[in-house]
Amino acid sequence: MHPVTPSHYLALSVALLLIGTAGVLVRRNLVIVLMSLELILNAVNINLVTFSQYYQHTHGQIFAIFVITVAVAEAALGLGILIALFRNKPTVQADEIDLLKW
Amino acid sequence: MNFLDLIWLIPLFPLAGAAMMLMLGRNLDPQPASEVALAPGLEHTHEDHGHDHGHGHSHGHGQSHDHGHGHGHAASPLRFLIGWICPGMVLLSFLFSAGAVLQLAGTESKAHEVVLFRWIAGLPFHLADGRLAAFGADWGFLLDPLSSVMALVVTGIGFLIHVYSIGYMGHESGYYRFFGYLNLFVFFMLMLVLANNYLLLFVGWEGVGLCSYLLIGFYFHKKSAGDAGNKAFIVNRIGDAGFILGMLLLFSVAGSLSFGEVRRALAGMHPEVAQFGVLSAAALLLFIGATGKSAQFPLFVWLPDAMEGPTPVSALIHAATMVTAGVYMVARSADLYILTPQTSALVAVVGALTAILAASIGLVQNDIKRVLAYSTVSQLGYMVLALGVGAYWVAVFHLYTHAFFKALLFLGSGSVIHAMSGEQDMRRMGGLKDKIPITYRTMLVGSIAIAGIPGLAGFFSKDEILWQVWSSPLGSKALWAVGLVTAGMTAFYMWRLMAMTFFGASRADAHTQEHIHESPAAMTVPLIVLAVGSALGGWIGVPKLWAAFPESFRLFEHWLAPMFPGVHGEHAAHHDTSVEWLLMGLSVAVAVGGIALARHFYQVRPDLPDRVAASAGPLYRTLYNKWYLDDIYAFLFIDGLCKKGGQAMGRFDLGVVDGGVNGAGWLTRVSSALSIWWDTWIIDGAVRLTSFLVRVGSYPVRLIHNGQFQTYALYVVAGVLLFLTYYVARS
Amino acid sequence: MLDTAFFYAFALLVLGGALLTITQRNAVHSAIWLIVSLIGVAGLFLLQKAEFLFAVQIILYVGGIMVLFLFVIMLVNLDEAARERQFRGRWWVALGCLALVAAETAYFVIKGRDAFRFAPRPETPASPLGNTEQLADVLFSTYLLPFELASVLLLVAIVGSVVMAKKRI
Repeated sequence: MHPVTPSHYLALSVALLLIGTAGVLVRRNLVIVLMSLELILNAVNINLVTFSQYYQHTHGQIFAIFVITVAVAEAALGLGILIALFRNKPTVQADEIDLLKW
Repeated sequence: MNFLDLIWLIPLFPLAGAAMMLMLGRNLDPQPASEVALAPGLEHTHEDHGHDHGHGHSHGHGQSHDHGHGHGHAASPLRFLIGWICPGMVLLSFLFSAGAVLQLAGTESKAHEVVLFRWIAGLPFHLADGRLAAFGADWGFLLDPLSSVMALVVTGIGFLIHVYSIGYMGHESGYYRFFGYLNLFVFFMLMLVLANNYLLLFVGWEGVGLCSYLLIGFYFHKKSAGDAGNKAFIVNRIGDAGFILGMLLLFSVAGSLSFGEVRRALAGMHPEVAQFGVLSAAALLLFIGATGKSAQFPLFVWLPDAMEGPTPVSALIHAATMVTAGVYMVARSADLYILTPQTSALVAVVGALTAILAASIGLVQNDIKRVLAYSTVSQLGYMVLALGVGAYWVAVFHLYTHAFFKALLFLGSGSVIHAMSGEQDMRRMGGLKDKIPITYRTMLVGSIAIAGIPGLAGFFSKDEILWQVWSSPLGSKALWAVGLVTAGMTAFYMWRLMAMTFFGASRADAHTQEHIHESPAAMTVPLIVLAVGSALGGWIGVPKLWAAFPESFRLFEHWLAPMFPGVHGEHAAHHDTSVEWLLMGLSVAVAVGGIALARHFYQVRPDLPDRVAASAGPLYRTLYNKWYLDDIYAFLFIDGLCKKGGQAMGRFDLGVVDGGVNGAGWLTRVSSALSIWWDTWIIDGAVRLTSFLVRVGSYPVRLIHNGQFQTYALYVVAGVLLFLTYYVARS
Repeated sequence: MLDTAFFYAFALLVLGGALLTITQRNAVHSAIWLIVSLIGVAGLFLLQKAEFLFAVQIILYVGGIMVLFLFVIMLVNLDEAARERQFRGRWWVALGCLALVAAETAYFVIKGRDAFRFAPRPETPASPLGNTEQLADVLFSTYLLPFELASVLLLVAIVGSVVMAKKRI
């Protein structure tokens, strides 16, 4: 087996990103869409940390901390919006929430 | 007292009289409101009158005189002053004129000019031939033989008529107004005859026209009087237009309007024999002015209508003075007419035509004043005929004698009318010979004088005219024949007048007959004076043929000789005297024959006139209707030019001018409609098209917003894909 | 050798968990598989010697966010949702696009394999400090401002979520 190079990590990151994007685009359930969004963020984190380790500096990891912070805030608020939406129209299906259209 | 230097005062006396009447007249002669210039024939609305005042109204033809207008209203005690002031002013003028003329006779040059001030001062400019001239005129007076004759005639006859009017208008309302106008007239007439230039003459010319209008329309309550005044003024105006043009043409030739300078300028010019040049045109135009004022054909139609005015007015203005202004003016312009023989010939023809035409109309008129009016026109024709053949002094001589007997005849007729309580139709007169003897005798003298019976004034002047027409190079036998026939007609209608008025039985109704009375002294004394003048006045113009008489009997011709130096009157003396005696005999025979014929028609066989009139029906009617001239004028000018012309102008105004304006408005509306369409559909359309295109173009685009965020996310991914695809394709 | 094995193990966790996250019908199952994926990510962090992040990942992400998710899933009754269809209509469009993106990315990577160079690694000595200490050093000096801003962000998030949760604001 080849030794694991950073390229492997990067390829993994891309794959995770694509899976997360697929989830966002394809699923109807809003909660699962939000979860897919977390996948995307994590893919980014993997990328950042990989390079942080490769170049032996902490910048990547700091950035990843902040990404996590933002992810937390966003998840909280997103779920709050979800609940607010659910109060209005008792559905979590994304394509039933389409009032802001033409 | 140097009267010659005071000739400028002569017109001012009557002007003062007129001014006094204007300012004080109403105080001297207060006018009750109901009686202001009430014409006879109009009923008073307020008062009821007894029989005594009714006789002024019962006859329909009481046109120029009304009787007994006192109506018991207390006339102002100062009224008589008017009768002293106004005639007195004219008397003063006469005395000053006489004094000046006597002093003039003593001078060498027989011309005296007094210039008071430069009235119009024009800037110099270049005439057509390069000479420098300035359009100006003096307020200047010229006394020379011609103007002296005119001044004496105007003031003398004018004074007599003023005196006559004291009696004639004595009971009229408007007494002060009448004398004021009369004085004003004398003022203007004196300005006319004493002026030293054409422009000042024209001032007088216009002024007498104005006074004529005022006096003809004196009874302004009557529509016919007002209309007659209008007619006189308007017809005169036509002549005045010619006068002004002639004056300006003359100025362009002579460079000045002053008589002396015109004479000097014309002295160096050649007669226009071959062509019709500027001089002929000027002469013709001036003559047109004379045609209007002196009632020649075709502008004489106003004079018969002017009989609407009071009889003294007819006597003064339309017999003795105003109508002679044209004759005077042509005589004054003799130098011009000598240079233009073609125009002179035309003048003679017009004069002859007028004479015979008016005489023919006068043969059949029934109103006593109308007969005299046509007689005046006819005699004026004689004067113009004389002017036309170059016998200028003869024309002035006839003017002078005619003033006497025509004024006499008019005043006499006024006396007759006064006696007949306002009746003017001769068919209702008759038998007045013994009832009003002074009037009868004076009128008899006047009639004989006008007929041309030897010894009286009319014979000398009329015969001299006929002789000059025969013998002058500018005259012709045909014109002489016309003059002879007219003389016969004159004698006929005058005796007709006398016969119908004075002889035979009275045809008036009983009421009028009761009131026939002789006129007061104020009226009869002037008649007598004029009769003496008609009888004896001609003896200063004895013909050369009567060699027995010394030259002092030819005073008139010698007095006027310096005025017309270019006239070839002396050559006539070489003629065969037998021809002249023959012609003289013929004219006397014709006059006597006319009187005899009239006597036969109206005294011996009174039934004849009606039978002749019936048998020569159309001719009689044509003469009676004045050769239908008035009707022709009414048709051509009043109907044709004025009414139809006015209608045509109205149609032009409505159709073309208003049509143009309306058309402009229509055009504006049409173009604005076009504008509106353009603005709405093209300009706004372009804007709306833009918005329409945006809306239409955006419609499919907005369908992208389906409200589902996953679709939007897909678009993002698709965008990324596009970029990647681009780079893949590029690599 | 061990590193390689651990890597592939953790990679399997991550990718498998992710795949299962997005395909499960039951939301709770999805959440559990997400937790698995996150733990895999944490492991990867540890492999990369980012110990602090490993810890933070576990505590925050798994212990915080996923618990939050589970709470919300409980609040929002997803039983009927589980019975409905799960995927959008025309899901294949998205999948196709993503497949293309993947293919094109692979194309680039493979095509430019030789041209692609990482920047040279700096030859710095390993720091004697531990990972957390290093992070703390940098976080409170160089990145102080983003740190403070992050706290403000969290404050905003708190306020926001409180507001969102209220029935009547």
